[in-house]
Amino acid sequence: MLMTEMPNIVPALPELFLAGVIMLLLMFGVFQKGGTSDNDEATFRIVSMLTIVTLILAVFLLIPLAGPRSITFADMFVTDNFAVFCKALVLIAAALGILMSRDFMERHHVARFEFPILIVFAALGMLLMISANDLVSLYVGLEMQSLSLYVLASIQRDDSRATEAGLKYFVLGAVASGLLLYGSSLVYGFAGTTNFDALAGLFSAGGDVSTGLVIGIVFIMAGLSFKISAVPFHMWTPDVYEGVPTPVTAFFAVAPKIAALALLLRVLIGPFGDLLVHWQQIVIVISVLSMALGALAAINQKNIKRLMAYSSIGHVGYALVGLAAGTESGVHGVLVYLAIYLVMNIGTFACILCMRRGGVMVEGINDLAGLGKTHPLLAATIAIFMFSLAGIPPLAGFFGKLYVFVAAIDAGLYILAIIGVVTSVVGAFYYLRIIKVMYFDDPIDALDSNIGREMTFVIGVTSVIVILFFVYPSPVLNTAKIAAAALLAG
Amino acid sequence: MFDLPLLTILTFAPLVGVLAILIIRHDDPKVVVTNARNVALFVTTGVFVLSLIFWFGFDKTTADFQFVEQVPWMEDFGIEYHMGVDGISVLFVLLTTLLTPICILASWNSIQERVKEYMISFLILETFMIGMFCALDLFLFYIFFEAVLIPMFIIIGIWGGARRVYAAFKMFLYTLLGSVLMLVAMLTMYYHAGTTNVVELMGYSFPIETQKWLWLAFFASFAIKVPMWPVHTWLPDAHVEAPTAGSVILAGVLLKFGGYGLLRFSLPMMPEASVYFTPLVFSLSAIAVIYTSLVALAQEDMKKLIAYSSVAHMGFVTIGVFTFNTQGIEGAIYQMLSHGVVSAALFLIVGVVYDRIHTREIDAYGGLVSRMPNYAIVFMFFAMASVGLPGTGGFVGEVLVLVGVFKVNTWVAALASLGVILGAAYTLYLYRRIIFGELTKENLMKIKDMSRREMLIFAPLLIITLWMGIYPSSFLDFMHVSVAHLIDQMETSLAASGSLNVAGR
Repeated sequence: MLMTEMPNIVPALPELFLAGVIMLLLMFGVFQKGGTSDNDEATFRIVSMLTIVTLILAVFLLIPLAGPRSITFADMFVTDNFAVFCKALVLIAAALGILMSRDFMERHHVARFEFPILIVFAALGMLLMISANDLVSLYVGLEMQSLSLYVLASIQRDDSRATEAGLKYFVLGAVASGLLLYGSSLVYGFAGTTNFDALAGLFSAGGDVSTGLVIGIVFIMAGLSFKISAVPFHMWTPDVYEGVPTPVTAFFAVAPKIAALALLLRVLIGPFGDLLVHWQQIVIVISVLSMALGALAAINQKNIKRLMAYSSIGHVGYALVGLAAGTESGVHGVLVYLAIYLVMNIGTFACILCMRRGGVMVEGINDLAGLGKTHPLLAATIAIFMFSLAGIPPLAGFFGKLYVFVAAIDAGLYILAIIGVVTSVVGAFYYLRIIKVMYFDDPIDALDSNIGREMTFVIGVTSVIVILFFVYPSPVLNTAKIAAAALLAG
Repeated sequence: MFDLPLLTILTFAPLVGVLAILIIRHDDPKVVVTNARNVALFVTTGVFVLSLIFWFGFDKTTADFQFVEQVPWMEDFGIEYHMGVDGISVLFVLLTTLLTPICILASWNSIQERVKEYMISFLILETFMIGMFCALDLFLFYIFFEAVLIPMFIIIGIWGGARRVYAAFKMFLYTLLGSVLMLVAMLTMYYHAGTTNVVELMGYSFPIETQKWLWLAFFASFAIKVPMWPVHTWLPDAHVEAPTAGSVILAGVLLKFGGYGLLRFSLPMMPEASVYFTPLVFSLSAIAVIYTSLVALAQEDMKKLIAYSSVAHMGFVTIGVFTFNTQGIEGAIYQMLSHGVVSAALFLIVGVVYDRIHTREIDAYGGLVSRMPNYAIVFMFFAMASVGLPGTGGFVGEVLVLVGVFKVNTWVAALASLGVILGAAYTLYLYRRIIFGELTKENLMKIKDMSRREMLIFAPLLIITLWMGIYPSSFLDFMHVSVAHLIDQMETSLAASGSLNVAGR
């Protein structure tokens, strides 16, 4: 046939929509009158609003795609219920991230319209990652995400801490990408294909698995572990989280993790699902190390962003418990965990963004001293988020842990479950320490009390979800279940 | 007769009070404080009155769960919102609803800071405590069981004494460590039996090896909660640092979680393992009774002394539970109930003088009888109840436990009896040092006797203690059928597995 067939673009409609709109917005931004900071701010605001609307529209575009699995673009791109679920989480995280950043960016005079656009570019990369059905499209999506994130990390150009963090993130991220590429090439060399379906077919047919192939898988896992900041590939996390502007930290802590974990799930459960025995031990080790390091290293932190970095390392460990099970209920657990993690972390970072004294951001845990007296409502919500992150029922965080541990027990991983719950007790210590500082210590100079409408909205919504999740958990649980079933079926 | 979801209404009624307190807004902070107190007292008293339905409406002739409510909750896992009470749990619900308004009254004047938050914490705590005793689904139970930690942590940490932060952390982390192990065991049970329904799980028999692990994990949680030697060390710290009402709830209700859990889960669901581990429980309990009594003798701090006496008294409870006979188990429940009332009263007694002098050092007192005759009488009464004098609730529980354990193991019975004597020693010694002697201390010269509010607090506790001592049947009647059913159930499953006979019957 001479004429190339037009590919079916329906499964990729949300991505195409996002790509089209952000290019238009970029043009719009460029042609807006600039020069003065007032003009820049005005453009920033308009573009922010428009990107948030775009992201929300993209979520609605996802809804009709829920259903049977469909593949397009020469089998490189897949859409199924699993992808829809994870993409919705990523888009929501991105929208909230932009919403939360407006106030901060204007205060720090970095209100440039490129910021929201970069976030959407990163989100677009994440959507591609989630839908990857080939090692090549996986890499393309991942790089698109990473390049946007590198720029986001150092968007505060004149701040040495932020640029240092950005550089660190770039160098280490590039190493990880290299590892991933190397792993992909090994897999291709030993298996002869990069397509996930073809790989899955190859392994389910039996046949001996060569050592080179296993090494390839290990390299891919190492590269992805870097992206989810699992131990021992976590070293960049505390520095980067501390250095980059707080709204960027909030975004970093949530969206890329969800995308990379979804990708890890898709790769390991999908094409390499029949090689469970080969990768299960690795996941278990990474999970145990992450949970332990997340719990222990956070104890002595004085900076709350650094503390949240270690906390996120620990949480990745818990999510990996579900993956280690390698079963449908394991995937279900991970997805529930990610959804709840998204809400808790966005809420916590929204609270952190409210920590200002005399108009200047403060990040020390001790700056929270006596918050229970000076700002009872804000302190109460932080306390709720901390109890939830610690996994104390009846708050949402408990249910996240519950579901991954159910899966671990189902799969017979008793020791892993016990290590998990014990580290969660150690972890509870540092979450409690924040509550202690807020409620049991005497107040120092009060923090500023004007929080702003966006923050009130974000904190309000997330805290209500965290508190009342237990009343009616079925929607999240059932959707996650359908999503998990789709991954296992494909 | 009752179509209303009474247990749900009872459990969540305190939350209505929370909402009411939250919407109190007034320019004058004094009005806010008074209103918060009034609302809390009104709501908790209302909850107590409501709970009397269970006293009068409870059917004492059946071992089935009553007032049952069952609604699907997390359907894919078959987890249900399942509530109900039987003869074992109903009296604990009443104990909780009785003690909470008393706590509110006891904090009337002693809590002056952040009163709103304080009252909210207590109301939330009451919801969790009632829910814990009514939950008939593993996970529902666990949620209430662990959620209690949140308000308790706040209460000790904010309104506690000098070392409150240390005490709050110790309490929280100790208990959490035990509970998460129990969570793993619960997940394993769910994996094996495919249900989280407590009633169905009671009829399910787990393989003996699994049972042992499950039992140990549950025991880790309950032993810390009871608390048993050697994991009791969080309790003296928590008691000493907690505000008076916090100690009352801690001793009165929270310590009962452990004993209740053993009766509700360990015995019926893991009967073989329970029999297997009986020597362990007996040894730990006997050590607890003797050792903590001796430690109590040496205390200089009133609250610490009562805290150690609690550990000793709870040693009787664990001994009674593991006798597996009617007297022992009923004695254990009775002991828990009477200890709930008596130790609560003792902490309130400490609170009375602490509010006046602001020290808990025993040496700072002496000769109080000449200034505070009424106080001396009340203190005397509850000291005697704690010793287990006939005519008080403490006597019935101790005697039943001793009778029960004597049938099973005379050595343990002998050691436990020794504990009774030691109990008398440290209680009377405490009483002598505080009440009798010369009134020489400068700051005690003008101390006032109990106010009418304080008398009002002690009146119901005094009446109930006497009632429990003189006519125990009205309480024991509640448990007879359920306890008989529990023992029956254990024997059936032991016979079915053919492994061991119930020790010494």
